[in-house]
Amino acid sequence: MTAVPERRAGDALPAGGAMRVMGAETEYGIHAPSAPGANATMMSARVVQAYAQVTRQRAAGGAETRWDYTDEEPLHDARGWTLERASAHPSQLTDQPPVLDAEAVALAYGREELELDGEDEAGSLLMNMVLGNGARLYVDHAHPEYSSAEVTSPRDAVIWDAAGDLVALAAVRRLASDPELPPVNLYKNNTDNKSVSYGSHENYLMPRSVPFGDIVRGLTPFFVTRQIICGAGRVGLGQDSSTPGYQISQRADFFEAEVGLETTIRRPIINTRDEPHATADKYRRLHVIIGDANLSQSSNYLKFGTTALVLSLIEAGLAPKVEVYEPVQALQAVSHDTSLTARLRLLDGRRVTALDLQWMYHEAAAKLAQDTGVADAVDGDGHTHDVLERWATTLTQLDSDRNAAATSVEWLAKLSLLDGYRDRDNLAWNDARLGLVDLQWADIRPEKGLYYRFLARNRMQRIVNDAAIAAAVTEPPPDTRAFFRGRCVSSFGKDVVGASWDSVIFDVPGYGRLQRVPTREPLRGTKALTGGLFARHRTAGPFLAELLGHNTAPPPA
Amino acid sequence: MAGQEQQQPQSRDTEVEEDIPEAPPAAPDAQASAATQGVDDLLDEIDGVLESNAEEFVRAFVQKGGQ
Repeated sequence: MTAVPERRAGDALPAGGAMRVMGAETEYGIHAPSAPGANATMMSARVVQAYAQVTRQRAAGGAETRWDYTDEEPLHDARGWTLERASAHPSQLTDQPPVLDAEAVALAYGREELELDGEDEAGSLLMNMVLGNGARLYVDHAHPEYSSAEVTSPRDAVIWDAAGDLVALAAVRRLASDPELPPVNLYKNNTDNKSVSYGSHENYLMPRSVPFGDIVRGLTPFFVTRQIICGAGRVGLGQDSSTPGYQISQRADFFEAEVGLETTIRRPIINTRDEPHATADKYRRLHVIIGDANLSQSSNYLKFGTTALVLSLIEAGLAPKVEVYEPVQALQAVSHDTSLTARLRLLDGRRVTALDLQWMYHEAAAKLAQDTGVADAVDGDGHTHDVLERWATTLTQLDSDRNAAATSVEWLAKLSLLDGYRDRDNLAWNDARLGLVDLQWADIRPEKGLYYRFLARNRMQRIVNDAAIAAAVTEPPPDTRAFFRGRCVSSFGKDVVGASWDSVIFDVPGYGRLQRVPTREPLRGTKALTGGLFARHRTAGPFLAELLGHNTAPPPA
Repeated sequence: MAGQEQQQPQSRDTEVEEDIPEAPPAAPDAQASAATQGVDDLLDEIDGVLESNAEEFVRAFVQKGGQ
């Protein structure tokens, strides 16, 4: 592991590089082969329920807590307005209740389906958990979703996202051992190749002072081309895969707009959802919906690391001055061009490849990092140097040594396997076996998932070790408010009645009413600030008394 | 190691030559054949892991919309 310089408690992160408050959201594809018609919302709730059983066994206090919806604002638009609730698509109303009820099933299936299915079985299945590692595990429409805790570096983003795959695996194992229920498979992918896509989102904290127009201009050319380093690869072209072939990105064909609030319909390259989950006049949370879910650690690392670098460029006013002509078409053209030779038209008349554009961003990011000192191998921030190096190495390999690139770039690794089958068995791109390889690549079970078979054979690079990922299943990141949230859940689970990104709610005997502790500053509530408090108290009452009495951390909003 | 020996232009006169009489004639071919062998092994393993009845399995994987 890289040695990271100690920061003083509560300090801002070093600016200009790859460090930033960030997190991942993964919606898993869900399938019960023995019960193909099963209700996906119900199955997803069973996944959450199964993990609740696992954690109940693990922790005496019960490491599960309800989600608190008070601060969910899915209809706030970063451009400065709020969508009327009545004109929102039902799937945009993500401030839903925490149990699977008629409303939730209807959202995913429609009223008619609900009447056929009945709501008795759903009853009060748990839909939402806050985990001891600071994450949220819940049902998002018709998929189980794991939203990782807030971290401060791309390396930690990889670790706590991969921990989510182990959380999902534990739930899958639990369900497989239950003779009463059909086994459920979970896939870390983004499409069923029959016209449906589901997301894996990234979140990045930014100062609200950065004009949103700068973000749109600075990010769009980067997002059009970022897929060449972090696309997960997909068999089939078009939303319904009706054209045989292979493309770089799982998601590209599902994007139809340049900028917008929606995430489930008319998906935009730049999403404007503005729920900061933090002090709203200081921060915005940039919600990125264009990425593929990554199993490859290197692709995932570069996805977070390079994006964080580009956001630093935008904040410094130093993003490359390029504009891509018709970005939505360009996004799809890049995805469909596995040779990486297609030229995109820029508004200034130049024609450049996706690699050229990535190099422009790399050059600008390297210069800013050098000027701010964050990329210094000795005195830097401990992350930026490595991100810049890996980014450059990957771009060079994509250009001149594809076999080397295939050990880190997910779409190329998957392509190498598909090409093996095509060569050996003479398969056309529309052969079902290639579709199965594509799907099973993302099976999260190590014995069935083809990515994991590659990893076991050292055909894929590791950049974090397995022990770090395993520890992150139960341990929160130490250097954000996720530490406070996670520790509250794992230490005082039975007294915590709800939690969210920016609050923890206690119901403690002796207090007349619920105590809501706001956590609106993402870099407070850290181990450095609150570790002693947790060490001093075994029970919630005295813990809260000291916390609220002395106002140590996290501060009330 | 065999490849290294062959890159030495005068190795013909050394004893090493007798130690490696079956060495493939050219390094690139050797690499390619090793790579092919690796892919064959890999595909054999994956064959054993893939779900049976690909067509039906893939057809049945139908998802409801997500974000």
